[in-house]
Amino acid sequence: MDEFAALLDALVYTRSRNEKLRLIAEYLNAVPDPDRGWALGALADGLDFPAVKSSTIRNLLKDRIDPVLWTLSRDFVGDTAETASLLWPAPDQAPSPPGVSETVELLSAMNRKSVVAELPRLLDRLDASGRYALLKLATGGMRIGVSSRLAKTAFAQAFAVSVEEVEEYWHGLSPPYGELFDWAAHGKPPPDIENLPAFRPFMLAHPLEDTVVDLADYAAEWKWDGIRVQLVRAGGETRVYSRSGDDISATFPELLDALPMNAVLDGELLVRGVHQGGAEGGAASFNALQQRLGRKTVSRKMLAEAPAFIRLYDVLIVEGEDLRQSTWTERRARLEDLIEALPESHFDLSKVVEARDFEHLAEIREGSRDDAIEGLMLKRRDSPYIAGRRVGYWYKWKRDPLLVDCVLMYAQRGSGKRSSFFSDYTFGCWDGDPDMGADLLPVGKAYSGFTDAELKKLDRHVRQNTVNRFGPVRETEKTLVFEVAFDSVHESKRHKSGLAMRFPRIHRIRWDKPPHEADRIEALRALIRD
Amino acid sequence: MAAPFSWIRPEPHGIHVVPADSWVDPSRPVASALVTHGHADHARGGHGRTVATPETLAIMKLRYMTGEGPGGGATRAVEYGETVRLPGEVDATYIPAGHVLGSAQILLEHAGERVIVTGDYKRRADPTCPPFEVTPCDIFITEATFGLPVFCHPPIEEEMTKLLERLAAHPDRCVLVGAYALGKAQRVIAELRRAGHHAPIYLHGAMEKMCRLYEEHGVDLGELRLVMDYKKEDIRGHVVVSPPSALNDRWSRRLPDPITAMASGWMRVRQRARQRNVELPLVISDHADWGELTRTIEEVGAQENWITHGREDALLRWCQLTQRRARALAMVGYEDEDD
Repeated sequence: MDEFAALLDALVYTRSRNEKLRLIAEYLNAVPDPDRGWALGALADGLDFPAVKSSTIRNLLKDRIDPVLWTLSRDFVGDTAETASLLWPAPDQAPSPPGVSETVELLSAMNRKSVVAELPRLLDRLDASGRYALLKLATGGMRIGVSSRLAKTAFAQAFAVSVEEVEEYWHGLSPPYGELFDWAAHGKPPPDIENLPAFRPFMLAHPLEDTVVDLADYAAEWKWDGIRVQLVRAGGETRVYSRSGDDISATFPELLDALPMNAVLDGELLVRGVHQGGAEGGAASFNALQQRLGRKTVSRKMLAEAPAFIRLYDVLIVEGEDLRQSTWTERRARLEDLIEALPESHFDLSKVVEARDFEHLAEIREGSRDDAIEGLMLKRRDSPYIAGRRVGYWYKWKRDPLLVDCVLMYAQRGSGKRSSFFSDYTFGCWDGDPDMGADLLPVGKAYSGFTDAELKKLDRHVRQNTVNRFGPVRETEKTLVFEVAFDSVHESKRHKSGLAMRFPRIHRIRWDKPPHEADRIEALRALIRD
Repeated sequence: MAAPFSWIRPEPHGIHVVPADSWVDPSRPVASALVTHGHADHARGGHGRTVATPETLAIMKLRYMTGEGPGGGATRAVEYGETVRLPGEVDATYIPAGHVLGSAQILLEHAGERVIVTGDYKRRADPTCPPFEVTPCDIFITEATFGLPVFCHPPIEEEMTKLLERLAAHPDRCVLVGAYALGKAQRVIAELRRAGHHAPIYLHGAMEKMCRLYEEHGVDLGELRLVMDYKKEDIRGHVVVSPPSALNDRWSRRLPDPITAMASGWMRVRQRARQRNVELPLVISDHADWGELTRTIEEVGAQENWITHGREDALLRWCQLTQRRARALAMVGYEDEDD
């Protein structure tokens, strides 16, 4: 555990990507199996130990230190694992750190009951850095500035293999990745994933911004406002994967019998709805889809009322034939053939948008007021299907956001690299005429859309304009106006204003604008589309 | 007779000693200021009269022209242990606070009541100033910069070892230590000397005058050189000290592949170090950590504790839990983010 803790510390304090790669590669070369495999899994995706959650750690600490002092400390540090590692009382005996594999074994064996006694025993065997490493390992997300891709690249670098190959095998395997090390480090044959329903990394798009493309080279498709999924059938089993590669099959059981052949398909998961009505209709808004997300079991009623289907974008593999090196045009032709063999109840095709030229396309985009459309996708006709985001191949061209002026009401500190900064803002609109004594009602919360320099300024504003403290939440003077951008707004019973915004972010900070000129609730309500 | 302690009033811009019409560490110009130490959030220019230790006055003269020229105001130097009589029958005694050169706690006595304003302080040994003295009083007005139980500053020897090991491992680079120009920088240099590092130490131009001032007051800092007088090559394998603001500044480009270090109590928290792009965090503070704060409150044993600038909430909570009378003061402008 010492080497792993030292690696985490070094990574936390390293800025350069190359240096991070070097540190991880060095660790992977120096440490034996299966320790390095567990460490790699922890760095890349986080390991999952059902008995150890953030709340488990919080509760353990609250038994040992006053709960108020815990909350204040956690709020300042901005990371539960780190706070706990700093506050854990130093044990009497010298540390006797367990190895990574032993740690994983012990953590896996814990259940909700035994964790209360077992985790402290483990913490007592470690120093502060070791405790930090243990708690990071135990709770999954590391948040130390190492992406999954970076960890895989470091693995590839350590053993001189290609990162594309690593990506390909990765999702069919699980920690401690014995077969992956056998192949890359010990020269054995590569893992066989052909007969597994394994996730293949998605091809992603860059925002178009000011780029103008020639439609002779690029095809346009609608960008649907559902969730991007990959449907995989292999070895007699079908799975649905989310964009991050999470298996969400259990949430959408109606799709598991729908695919009649072995294939890997890319599409947008939507639910049937009536309100669209247009030629491209047949899908409900994201709000309707949201009712179905995150469920482990689905009621019959739900399946009947909001059945899911996939609007297909692309085909990666069909009956063992890998099409990813083919051009988009070729894959599109295969997809158009393929759709004939798929049940209409569960599949349709995302149509190609025809336009005379780029200006015409811009007009079409402006005219689309369909709520299930988020914007347009532009795909280079000769683009292969490549994992990740490659410049020049695919672009997303989102519909312009909606804008509304709101007033800052509350702020909370952020986590991770924003720890200690007040970076989470709750803002409101007036419920009437502010000059006639109307109140502000919260309408949303945003954490993004500002630069680091603006964050510093906002943080200072919050500190100097605090009028009330509710635990970690600061209430501020109602003086600062945010121009908030958002994708859509919906009725919501969860909020006092009765409204909820989708993907709100700070568009501009209006230091100059007096708060009584901010928008009223009615103005926001008028933007509801469904 | 006036109500107990009605003669001392915490206001947003300082502590008002009413009968003397004097202010402790006022953040605005006043007629009569009692200053605990030379840091900018405690010492300001423009007062009519400034009462402080000779070292603090020297620092204020250097930084704010206090006592110099027109508008510099009058000064009154008070040695450690000396008592000055202020108008309104108030006695002020300056007692070492162990924070930086010249730093003092101020004991205020009036009508048989004793109040101490600590300014900033620490309880660890520091080769650049005399140690904090525990003094009994009725009201103890304490700082709380590191007033959270996560703050536990390690022994400074460990941090020096960390620095010197990193330096030795990279003879072709240099270690650039960001340190507050008053106090922290000189303490780091003095501790490096104590740890047996006698090579020249290179300074950012902004540190020079304060280092000279320390030397004039008898603090030996060894051989110091200015970065601007030397070539990149000369600085390889050496320690460079700069203000924290220069760490990621263009200035540091003239250094040979610097390893960025920062000497600060905040470095205890990883994300704080990350936010400042620090590769080598050195947990070195001139403020009391949580253990020192709580121990000091216990040892002083005042009837009442007033807690100011910093994380008041947690220390207030600790006082409640240990059944001590305490209140948090709402003072503005005291935030020591660089320490």
